[in-house]
Parts: sequence; C-alpha cells; structure tokens
Amino acid sequence: MSQAALLPTRRDEAWRYSDTDALGTLAPGRLDAWRNIDVGAGEQLVETLVLDGSDPVALDRLRVTIGEGGHFALFALVIGGDLGRLEVEVSLAEGAHFELGGVTLGGGETTREIVTKVDHGQPGATSNQVVRSVHWGKSAGNFLGQIEVARHAQKTDAGQSFKGLLLERGASVNSVPQLEIFADDVKCAHGAAIGQLDEQAGFYMAARGLPPETARRLMVQAFIGDAFVAMVDDEAREAMTERALEQLEARL
Amino acid sequence: MLKIDNLHATVGDTEILRGLSLEVNAGEIHAIMGPNGAGKSTLAYVLGGRPGYEVIAGTVSFMGQDLLAMEPHERAAAGLFLGFQYPVEIPGVSNVQFLREAANAQRKGRGEEPLSGGEFLKLAKEKAALLKLDMEMLKRNVNVGFSGGEKKRAEMVQMGILDPRLAVLDETDSGLDIDALKTVGEGINAIMRSPDKGVLLITHYQRLLDYVKPDYVHVLSKGRIVKTGNAELALDLEREGYDEVIAA
Ligand SMILES: Nc1ncnc2c1ncn2[C@@H]1O[C@H](COP(=O)(O)OP(=O)(O)OP(=O)(O)O)[C@@H](O)[C@H]1O
Ligand SMILES: [Mg+2]
Repeated sequence: MSQAALLPTRRDEAWRYSDTDALGTLAPGRLDAWRNIDVGAGEQLVETLVLDGSDPVALDRLRVTIGEGGHFALFALVIGGDLGRLEVEVSLAEGAHFELGGVTLGGGETTREIVTKVDHGQPGATSNQVVRSVHWGKSAGNFLGQIEVARHAQKTDAGQSFKGLLLERGASVNSVPQLEIFADDVKCAHGAAIGQLDEQAGFYMAARGLPPETARRLMVQAFIGDAFVAMVDDEAREAMTERALEQLEARL
Repeated sequence: MLKIDNLHATVGDTEILRGLSLEVNAGEIHAIMGPNGAGKSTLAYVLGGRPGYEVIAGTVSFMGQDLLAMEPHERAAAGLFLGFQYPVEIPGVSNVQFLREAANAQRKGRGEEPLSGGEFLKLAKEKAALLKLDMEMLKRNVNVGFSGGEKKRAEMVQMGILDPRLAVLDETDSGLDIDALKTVGEGINAIMRSPDKGVLLITHYQRLLDYVKPDYVHVLSKGRIVKTGNAELALDLEREGYDEVIAA
C-alpha cells in the first residue's frame, strides 16, 4: 500500500488547518515516530524545543506521561518547514502539572502549528497552555488544543490562552479549543484573541526615535513574552526570545 | 529653529488646522493656549508626523530641514520631542529597554556611538532623580499601570534622556498635583532652557507658566493662531476667558 493512502487529510480534526500536501515528502513511517517522555511521580522536568530548518516538514510528536505530583514544562518555538508542527499528547496522574509555552512564527506560504491533547484522567491535576502566533505574508499559525477531563477527575484546573498577531494582511491564525469535560468540579479557562500591531504604540515609539523595524521587534518581543513567562531560567528565556526575533528579522 | 507657514491639515475629512503660522527661535519658549477642540493636539501630532494627520497645504521647516518630508522617527533623531497629552502604554516593554533602544536609535541616526548599558543607566538615574520619579518605575513596562501624573513625569524623564532640540509638550501639566507641577516645571527648565533649544508648551493653565516663563503666548482657535502676546496674555486669558480676549 502506498504511503499516500495513509497520510492524514484536512478532514481529520487534528489536521484541519494543516498543510497536509507537505507530508508527501516525509520518509515512510516518519509520521509514526513519537518520542516518549516519562516524568516520574514527584519529578520536575523542563524541556525546550526549537523546530526550525528549511526542510519541507519540521515535525515533532511527543507522548508525555506525568506521574503523581510530577511537573513537566515544555517551551517550544515552531519556526521551520513549509509545515512546522509540534504535537504533544499528555497524560496526567493525580496532582500532576503540565505547562506549555509555545510560539509559532512564519511568513511566506508556511503553516506552523501546535496541536495538543491533554488527558486529565485523574483528580487534582492542572495544566496551563499559552500559545502565541506571529505571522505575515500568507502564512498560517494554528493552535489546536484538546482537553479531556474524565468523570472522576474532580478539581481539575486546565487553562488555555491563545493570541495571534498578524503583521500583514493575508496571514491568518486559527485556534480550535476542544474541551470534553465529564467531571463537574472543574475549572477550564480558554481565551483567544487576534490582533494587529498597535498603531498608537507604533507612533509613540516612532516619536521617540525608533525606526519601524525596531518598534516592530520590540512589540513582537513583548507579545511572545507571554509564552515564556513561566520559564524560570532567565538565560534560556532570553535565548528562546532571541531565536524567535532572529527568525522574525530574517524573514521581514 | 521651527518655522510653520500657513499650515493646513486634515484629520479624516475634516480640516482642523486652517492656515496656522508660527515661528520658534532657538532659546525661546512659546506657550499655546486655546479652547478644547481648537487643534492644539492636532498641531503636535502633525509636527510629529502621526499617520492619519494629513498636511494639505503649507510648510514646516525644522533646523533648516523640511520637517514634513521626514519620517516620524527621523524627526525625533533630528531633535524633535513630542510630549503626549495621553502617553501610550506598551505592555511587555520596559521603560529602560524602550528608552535605551530609542536613545541609541537616535544616536545612530546622527552617526554617534551607542550608549553602553552602564552609561544609559547612569543617565536614566540622573533624569529620574531630576523629575523625582522612582528608578523602580523605569524598570516597569512603559506607562503600564502608571497614574496620570506618573505618566507625565515619565514623559519628562524620557525628554531628559533623549535631550531634544525642540520639545512640543501637549498638556504635560494636566493630571499633575501641585508639587508634581513644580517638579515638572523645574524639570522643563533644567532640560530645555538653553540658548540652542526651543519649547512649544501647550497648556490650559497659567500655573505651569509660573514655573516655565514663556517668551510668547499664542491663542489657537479654530485651527489658527488668532492672538499673540507676552506672558501677560496668559493672565488676561485666565481672568477673562477666551471669548473676551479673542474678541478684543
Ligand atoms: N480622528 C479624528 N477624526 C475626526 N476628527 C478628529 C479626530 N481627531 C481629532 N478630531 C477633531 O479635531 C478637532 C481638534 O482636536 P484636537 O485634539 O487637536 O483639539 P485640542 O485643541 O487639543 O483640544 P483639547 O484642549 O481638548 O485637548 C476636534 O474637533 C476633534 O474632534
Ligand atoms: Mg489636546
């Protein structure tokens, strides 16, 4: 059987806004490759990821289990590929926490996306996902976040925040929250907003002498900063921010 | 230093400035007063080059250059400072980063060496002290969560750091308490009173002019200067109101 027959299409919910045409270039079996991350009970783990490069597809698929009271934080930049896609499936034990800070950035005809599935199968677990997307040209940025809360997973607290910043007309962002909640004592907060660069702030900065490119860089920096506030390591945070801004400057 | 000649400008489809002429020489402080809606802020924005404020006739030269041909950030680098009636909040960007980038962008525009982090902080501390603004405020995001008066003092700290040739200050005194008004007035004198600098002070109140003595006072009404006098004129206005003075 040819691989094409097995490739996802945009009819699949998790690929709804994706660039599935780009998948044809993948080596056979590549889509089945998932990385497993197991965070033990009471353990803490922080992971930073940069999906970059000029291959047609920049793909990373993670399956994460977090043990009781464990804590996993993932900070990711999705800035490469015609299709850049980070997929994360997380399963939380009792009292575990999952933190995601994700940024997609892109121009041209690229699609950059973050797709998560967080399984609150046990009580008292928490998750917080912050995704910021900055796009220009005809690029698209997507965040598809699925949250499942099992019937007995009381005291679940799951938050999602998505914001898109469109630097040019023609770019787009999509956010698809999907909440399946079967417990009743649950907090699930979801927020999504799309905007352009603030013109007033742009003129204020210009009036102080900042050229448009510098003003834009500062505003983008501030915008994506939300995704990395939970990073305790200042140097790592600055490195991630700098990497994102380099990408912005290279493409603008 | 600044020569505005027969300036006409529109906002949207409405002509707001209608033949405004004004000249500010180096070493002079000019006050502009006038009723609400007269076009004072519009004048400030047109000088700053704000998008949406369209000049349909007239000329403005600044230090011998055609101001209207310059981009807003080039005007700043050339030495123009605009003090905003409503300073803008910029979440996520600290004052320190913003002002250091701004100062260095201006220096670059003038072909000067950038300030190092240490040099910048020393300068910022000095100007914050001058305006009695806690240095901690400058570590916070630009104007975010500042009170009205704090925003105005922060504007003057910015002016001190950027050290312009001409300051156009749009109601920098409004929102200030009595002590802050004195501090800001003295700050303006300390930063801008100099034989090679000029100030255009837009205000509604005589009080600021007690601290910053203007050489000239202009009344702006319906988009043009309708009366010019010395500091006495501000007192007349305070006593009698615009209608009386304009009619006289
Ligand atoms: N964006 C706009 N579209 C249409 N009209 C505008 C716009 N901005 C300002 N105006 C009008 O231009 C006129 C002048 O406004 P401006 O803000 O310059 O007045 P001002 O003299 O600064 O008044 P104030 O003392 O209240 O600050 C007002 O009638 C105002 O309604
Ligand atoms: Mg005004």
